[in-house]
Amino acid sequence: MKNEGEMANRPDNTAFTQQRLPAWQPVLSAGIVIPGFVLIGLAFIGIGVALFVTSQKIQVLETDYTGAEQGSPCYDCRDTSVPCVCRVNFSLSKLFEGPVFFYYGLSNYFQNYRQYGSSRDDDQLSGYTSAFTSPSETCAPYQYNSQKKPIVPCGSVANSMFNDSFKLYHVVNGQPRPVPLDGKGIAWWTDYNIKYRNPTVNGTLASAFADTVKPINWPRPAYDLDTTDPSNNGFQNQDFIVWMRRAALPNFRKLYRRITEGDYANGLPAGNYTLEITYNYPVLAFDGRKKVVFSNVSWMGGKNQFLGIAYLVIGSLCIVMSVVMLIVYAKYKFPEDEL
Amino acid sequence: MGSLLSSFGLNCGKEEVNEEERHIRANDRAFNLSRHYANNAIKTSKYNIFTFLPLNLFEQLQRLANAYFIFLLILQLIPQISSLSWFTTVVPLVLVLSITAAKDGTDDYNRHKSDKQVNNREVEVLIDGQLKKEKWMNVQVGDIIKLETDEFVTADLLLLSSSEPLNLVYVETAELDGETNLKVKQALTVTGEIGDSIENLAAFDGEVHCEPPNNHLDKFKGTLTLNGEVHSLDNDKILLRGCTLRNTEWCFGMVIFGGPDTKLMQNSGKTKFKRTSVDHLMNLLVLCIIGMLALLCTVLAIGNTIWETTEGSSFTVFLPSTDSSDPVLSGFLTFWSYVIILNTVVPISLYVSVEMIRLGNSFYINWDRKMYYPRKDTPAQARTTTLNEELGQIKYIFSDKTGTLTQNIMTFNRCSINGKSYGEVFDFSGQRMEITEKTEKVDFSWNPLADPKFAFHDHSLVETVKLGTPEVHAFFRLLALCHTVMPEEKKDGQLAYQAQSPDEGALVLAARNFGFVFRERTPESISVVEMGEHTTYELLAVLDFNNVRKRMSVIVRNPEGKLYLYCKGADTIIYERLHPSCTKLMEVTSEHLSEYAGEGLRTLALAYKEIDEGYFEEWRHRHYVASTAMDNREEQLDAVYEEIEKDLQLLGATAVEDKLQDGVPQTIEQLAKADIKIWVLTGDKQETAENIGYSCNLLREEMAEVFIVASNSPEEVREELRNARKKMNPRSGDEPTFIKSGILGKRSQVMQEEETDGEYAMVINGHSLAFALQKDMEMEFLRTACMCQTVICCRVTPLQKAQVVELVKKHKKVVTLAIGDGANDVSMIKAAHIGVGISGQEGMQAVLSSDFSFAQFRYLQRLLLVHGRWSYLRMCKFLRYFFYKNFTFTFVHFWYGFFCGFSAQTVYDQWFITLYNLVYTALPVLALALFDQDVNDRWSFQYPQLYSPGQLNMYFNKKVFLRILLQSCYCSLILFFIPYACVHDTVRDDGKDIADYQSFALLAQTSLLITVNIQMALDTYYWTAVNHFFLWGSMSVYFAVTFTMYSNGMFLIFTSSFPFIGTARNSLNQPNMWLTMFLSTMLCTLPVVAYRFLFIQLYPTINDKVRHKARQAKAAPPPTPRRFTRRRISTRRSGYAFSHARGYGDLVTSGRFLLRPKRTRPALFPVVDSPVTSTTPQTYRTITEEDESRSPTSE
Repeated sequence: MKNEGEMANRPDNTAFTQQRLPAWQPVLSAGIVIPGFVLIGLAFIGIGVALFVTSQKIQVLETDYTGAEQGSPCYDCRDTSVPCVCRVNFSLSKLFEGPVFFYYGLSNYFQNYRQYGSSRDDDQLSGYTSAFTSPSETCAPYQYNSQKKPIVPCGSVANSMFNDSFKLYHVVNGQPRPVPLDGKGIAWWTDYNIKYRNPTVNGTLASAFADTVKPINWPRPAYDLDTTDPSNNGFQNQDFIVWMRRAALPNFRKLYRRITEGDYANGLPAGNYTLEITYNYPVLAFDGRKKVVFSNVSWMGGKNQFLGIAYLVIGSLCIVMSVVMLIVYAKYKFPEDEL
Repeated sequence: MGSLLSSFGLNCGKEEVNEEERHIRANDRAFNLSRHYANNAIKTSKYNIFTFLPLNLFEQLQRLANAYFIFLLILQLIPQISSLSWFTTVVPLVLVLSITAAKDGTDDYNRHKSDKQVNNREVEVLIDGQLKKEKWMNVQVGDIIKLETDEFVTADLLLLSSSEPLNLVYVETAELDGETNLKVKQALTVTGEIGDSIENLAAFDGEVHCEPPNNHLDKFKGTLTLNGEVHSLDNDKILLRGCTLRNTEWCFGMVIFGGPDTKLMQNSGKTKFKRTSVDHLMNLLVLCIIGMLALLCTVLAIGNTIWETTEGSSFTVFLPSTDSSDPVLSGFLTFWSYVIILNTVVPISLYVSVEMIRLGNSFYINWDRKMYYPRKDTPAQARTTTLNEELGQIKYIFSDKTGTLTQNIMTFNRCSINGKSYGEVFDFSGQRMEITEKTEKVDFSWNPLADPKFAFHDHSLVETVKLGTPEVHAFFRLLALCHTVMPEEKKDGQLAYQAQSPDEGALVLAARNFGFVFRERTPESISVVEMGEHTTYELLAVLDFNNVRKRMSVIVRNPEGKLYLYCKGADTIIYERLHPSCTKLMEVTSEHLSEYAGEGLRTLALAYKEIDEGYFEEWRHRHYVASTAMDNREEQLDAVYEEIEKDLQLLGATAVEDKLQDGVPQTIEQLAKADIKIWVLTGDKQETAENIGYSCNLLREEMAEVFIVASNSPEEVREELRNARKKMNPRSGDEPTFIKSGILGKRSQVMQEEETDGEYAMVINGHSLAFALQKDMEMEFLRTACMCQTVICCRVTPLQKAQVVELVKKHKKVVTLAIGDGANDVSMIKAAHIGVGISGQEGMQAVLSSDFSFAQFRYLQRLLLVHGRWSYLRMCKFLRYFFYKNFTFTFVHFWYGFFCGFSAQTVYDQWFITLYNLVYTALPVLALALFDQDVNDRWSFQYPQLYSPGQLNMYFNKKVFLRILLQSCYCSLILFFIPYACVHDTVRDDGKDIADYQSFALLAQTSLLITVNIQMALDTYYWTAVNHFFLWGSMSVYFAVTFTMYSNGMFLIFTSSFPFIGTARNSLNQPNMWLTMFLSTMLCTLPVVAYRFLFIQLYPTINDKVRHKARQAKAAPPPTPRRFTRRRISTRRSGYAFSHARGYGDLVTSGRFLLRPKRTRPALFPVVDSPVTSTTPQTYRTITEEDESRSPTSE
């Protein structure tokens, strides 16, 4: 017999090796679950009411201007091969509280199509000139034009940039008075300042784009996107950046302008308005729709009925469930001694 | 991954040279080298430094899982298809490959080390006429080498000569076949004559022709040509590598097979790979999932084709895609793109995780102090690390008896001499005391030859011996004379006995301690030291034991010249042969015998008589005639023996305890409560087996009936089996009912469980079992046997053991476990789903082929009820959760497909996809699978019923899988459509649009991660600090990593890899986002909580109940397991039941034992200085939890 003292192989006596680690062992007991459901239910209802009420206060004005139907204002502009301007009139019966945001919206438009989404070159958009001469493969077929010149910015996303433009007039005493539209700061700060960089080349911005061609669908090259504001050109163009942040879903809207200035800082007063649309963007080929949206926002963002209603419904369900569970618990509470 | 790991295990590197015949010349290296036989270097390692990387990679890439990764990688490199960046596949692949490579590398390094150590052992080799030390690896075929005692045999040798008479050599073959008894090899006389003369050996020029290398350990065929004469060689002349030389000063041998050609090496590496039922289910499920994947991809591909036709073709204004001209081609490509995206439903990392979990749970077994046996310093060992969860599903246990249930130690406990019973201890009030380790032992120091390890507690017997009461002296004299034990004088002068059966050894040992020391025997005499006086008895005859006689006698002449016959045997047999004058004593002794038997002791009655010289001479003549008769020798001898064994004088009776291992009855009771059926398969006789069955609680008095099947014809056996079945369940039909097998229809028929009206047991003997196992009756046998709680099969051969196990395995859809300790259990250990070896007893063979090993049978209950149950629980929880999280993760892509033109656009960020399984969700589930316990070990023991869900496969099966699938579907719907509905028509609080792709991805992936983590929290029963740390840590890591990857810095450095710059900052400050996440996670998890709560209330499982109870009892620990009261058995099961076979009588008288042990003796027999000497007798002790948990503090 071996000496009791020499126990070389004796396993260590630690809580870990002996599986005795101290532990919290919660169970789904009635004392936790039922009050838990009640609390969650109440919280949901509370949040739901707040959301619903807030959402109700938000004003939204939507107008479809695709011109698909005969008689609609832009019906005549369907053929986008020629420049065309159409006007949409609307009136507000009460003050549309500001700040008012002005969106354009597209439907049945698949910005989330994989090949579409990947058809861009982030290096190029960050201003790396090496990517100017040889754009990424993913941009094909908008990588080079037919003369083998590199397209900058390359790819489908850039090429398909939305190019309708809008002017809003407040009709005061029969006279259209332009509403100032603010196009600054409509893109994310990170996009505008970090993700999209113009090439740093001595001389003009245009010289950086030498030996490149503009995207096929574009009327003007990138360095000349905004004719009114030279600092809003190249890749660091707000509209361009907004467009390049592609939408997750086939129906989407994008911020076009904000109405924050002058007499309209407090919102759009009641009255008649005319929206002048330069109609360029073809969507009818794929049953797409175009619309403009005016909206204001609250702490919870834009109007969103769903969230409030969902919270209310689920909150109520939780309460109902807790009652059911209480009944079941009281009636069927499993016998403790029987094992 | 075990299966995958194994499939490319060991078959590398060996070149098959077709060798017809081996031809070697002794001492002729040049000739032998020309034949290119392998030298003695061995190489078990697979790689060297340079080949490691390419070879290992090559091997790994052959595995299915890795091949799958490679396939995906290739798909991703095709630009038209690639829907995910290459890194999503490469990162996990590299990780998996390097983990496996590291493991393979360490294993191989260890093999290198052990190879080196073995190869560099030294041995004396005869080179150029002198002995030189040489490394093992440099030994060549044909070399003559010298071995000395206790050395390992270097290679397979032809024995030439030895130091022992008759050129004998003793070897121990423990490493080869696990048997520790010595085996004898004998050299040819021609070579033996050479002796140790170096000149003659150097001049030895024999040529050997023999069979090519093979793996038959017990066969060898060859010839030795010496001086023109041909001598035939057989296995008797071969020393095999792996043996150890014992009791032989030196020997010379010629190397026949070296290194890889040796039988040891030829036998190694052929382990049959076992897989668990969870493995099988998993494989099936993976196939189903692949099918599902194909289905999903097809749906999406068709969707894509339709979309391309109707929408995409007109969308070309903005996306002139090259393949849009052909929607079908586009659909085809989409199919593969979706295969890439949805590949996460086939959880490849699953195999790696499963392996890791099993490994971890195996370590717990190795580490468990409550399965550590301090007496032998043996911890439990999980030798196979891939079977843990199967331990929680055992339905049938097949156990060996000797050495497993019993210690194979007999102790002399009680005796009745001349009507007085000895062996019990009484206190002062005359009350009987329980004998424990602390009870004072009798002091045998007056007897210099006493064995100090012998323990006896009744002082009165010693006093009586010292007083010299003649009956008591006669009693012990009988014990010292009437046996076939052989003495052995150890080097240090210690006396040791080699007994054929341990009970005989126990009796002789008892006699020795009480002053009647058996010293020496020759064929004609027995020397005994009687109370310090040397006395020699002339041994005139040994009337040996056999199964019919159930007794043995010796006839001796004492120094005074008187003839005595001493006889011991089964009480009933002896009683028939007593002189009528003993009637009174007989009655008293009978009472004692009943009492002993009631305590489960094995009893023998002892008797003697004086013989008249004249009568003896006459008898001796008749005996001689009978023993030389050609016909019916046995019967004639029996008749002659019968003649002289009569009119005996009763001396008394002995009671020997066949010591059960500690805690066996409790363990069996626990296992029975856990609804595990126990079959004992033993080589013992039926009586012995029954005896043990009762004493260890397998057979119980309260059982409705114990069927005994002991017939000699197939018809009778069938009839008995059928009757037994009808009795158990009168409604049982004639034809067994089978369960319809599943879709993948296994060929075997699976038999249904049948109900019985009560508890039954069956004992079947060897003959009947042989019939029962025949093809036409096996189903009948199985049906009946499976209805019994306990089945005891006696006289079973090792092959039959395996057959029984295979039979159950084949026709019952159950998990089986075989436990045993000896070489004869190997077949059954290998056959069963799980093999358990008892370590530290009869050699290593059983342990070597087992999956788990420990030192005591009682640890089995901990292995199953605690480790097995937890492992099963953890594995099932892990699988459920793992499938859940991957399905949920993946299905979201499917739903998104309908809204992105089926373009294989991913919902999440690619980095999220890469890291989801590897980083974000890997550790919490691992912690769950390593630490979770429903209730602690005490409760597990308290309620063995907790074990049954595992047997019924309740925690993870196809139904559960389907439920998970549905749950995942639901969650993925929620996780896609809630964010969809919440953001599709709204904006941020600063008026910018919110529904851009990157924000949406972030929203969906964060909701998903929170959801799966809440689900994890709901699944975790046992929250250790590690669980907390991993869960919260994973969440924090997710946010940290996300913010880092979406940071300016990362974008500026790796512009095109991290396009999500700023998304986290810009989105996660939106209340809208958080409200959406809250909503979707709650919608995913609240129904689960409600469902579980209601289910616990309405249909509580045993698990729920015990957990509830445990929670209530938290303040007070569970009641300590009730003390096991040893039951008194009323029926008397006595008799000379323990001898396994015919005794040593022949051998003892023939004197042949001086040359070699009897060859026909089964190898089972316990060993030289029997375990009696190596272990103090253990008194019966209840194993309580406290007992062991207290021990750590006592260090």
